[in-house]
Amino acid sequence: MSVISVITKGHQPTVDVSSRRWSDARWRRNALGTTLEILVPLALLGIWEFVTTQLVHSFYFPPLHKILSTLVDVWFFDHMKADLVPSVARLLVGYGIAVILGVGIGAFLGLSRRAQIAVEPLIEFLRSIPPPAFLPAAMVIIGVDDGMRVFVITFVCLWPILLNTADGIAGVDQGFLDTAKVFGIKGFERFRRVLLPAAAPQIFAGMRTTLAIGLILMVISEMVASINGIGYFVLNSQRTFAIPEMWSGTIVLGVLGYLLNFMFLCVERKALHWHRGLKAGQNV
Amino acid sequence: MLLEISNLGKVYGMGRNAVEAIGRIDLSIREHEFVSVVGPSGCGKTTLMKCISGLLESTTGEVRLRGKRISGTPEGMALVFQEYGRSLFPWVTARENILLPLKHQRLDKRVMNERVEEAVDAVGLAEAIDRYPWQLSGGMQQRIAIARALAYKPEILLMDEPFASVDAQTRADLEDLLLLVRRRYSITLLLVTHDIDESIYIGDRVVILSGAPTHVKEECVIDLPGLRDQVKTKELQEFARLRAHVFTQIRHDRASDTKKQAVRSTC
Repeated sequence: MSVISVITKGHQPTVDVSSRRWSDARWRRNALGTTLEILVPLALLGIWEFVTTQLVHSFYFPPLHKILSTLVDVWFFDHMKADLVPSVARLLVGYGIAVILGVGIGAFLGLSRRAQIAVEPLIEFLRSIPPPAFLPAAMVIIGVDDGMRVFVITFVCLWPILLNTADGIAGVDQGFLDTAKVFGIKGFERFRRVLLPAAAPQIFAGMRTTLAIGLILMVISEMVASINGIGYFVLNSQRTFAIPEMWSGTIVLGVLGYLLNFMFLCVERKALHWHRGLKAGQNV
Repeated sequence: MLLEISNLGKVYGMGRNAVEAIGRIDLSIREHEFVSVVGPSGCGKTTLMKCISGLLESTTGEVRLRGKRISGTPEGMALVFQEYGRSLFPWVTARENILLPLKHQRLDKRVMNERVEEAVDAVGLAEAIDRYPWQLSGGMQQRIAIARALAYKPEILLMDEPFASVDAQTRADLEDLLLLVRRRYSITLLLVTHDIDESIYIGDRVVILSGAPTHVKEECVIDLPGLRDQVKTKELQEFARLRAHVFTQIRHDRASDTKKQAVRSTC
């Protein structure tokens, strides 16, 4: 079940805006797709419920209805405030800083071939270190507070955004650059109106990869020396044998990841609608 | 003279790998004149255009606009590129594409909008102004590119093979459009093309270039009636004579060029 298909299906990029109405056949195809996308997960949930109530009676696999009722009890709204909100806040702050730094530094590197050559080995090295390996060091240097968690998320999210931005800016079509030069578009205006939009598809690609990694690091960072957060909640539930709670936290994480990706794709669709239109036009 | 190009030369690379693209070009353009430059393929027409507009630095010589020596890309020039797809920004609408170059001219907002409206009206695309370039056909995109150059109000308009990427019918339309806006905007035009008919049809003067290393081979004044027409003008005896003349000049050059290469390869 993919978010991407949900997103793109509704808006087939069209060359001519006036012909945006769907044909009947396409509408029927869409309706069928949507039905399948809802029915298949529902069926799977049904099987889960059936297996856990009728076939398997295990302490570790509580019945689905029990997990769901626990989920409602626990997450609406006590733990939403205590765990979900801090988690999301850390992720968004860390991610936000990574986007600002990544695009800023990446743009600088993309504009200066020399700077890029100079720092490339360092960047390649830093981004090759498996991110969780930074946790112990970050705990020693920064401490075990939110700053450490935000730092780790930022540090991990930074590289793909930075590299994609540098690559995108360096690869802007010479035709666009010549046009900007001939018509006297320079300085910040050139950056904002020409370079950044031209590199945007690549920057967004980096940002999307990064969002998933950020979520992983959010959970991992909350599993060590923490007092709240979803990661903390899941691990703590497991350690206290609160198995339905543990599963409910896992489901919340899944839903959170799904929603974040969904929101990201909405933003991307809006920001890059021209790019899809352009691509669709070229494929005709 | 509005534009004076003197002793312009361009060598790519250094030492043994040096390639002399432009040998020496001297060319002057008067105000309100339409000059077309025609030459055999691969004779460095685009290089010449880039040197004049300041996108490339020439190796020797200089370009003067109203007597002032040009360095870099001067404000008084606009260039229409062959590839509209790499020149119009696909992330903004046609309106924004035309507006963006005006922003640094420190104009009143009202004046800017007027200029945009006037330019799209001149190219006959008022209804497409809020569309994105990729929603328009090739010919329409090139019209928008022309509108952008017109709204910029340059002292001289440069065009590098502007109609080479559109079909023949659209090409004829765009040529006529150019002659039409000529009166409305009183522009000076320097147009580079490989199409002999086009060079004669558009120009008051045709400059024939040699093969690389390029120099000016001949300049012919086109003495055709002012109001040109795709059918009537091209039927004229004078048009046929000019076409034959330019064609012979260019072919002669290509022939001697291949002979030179043949000699070189036998060495």
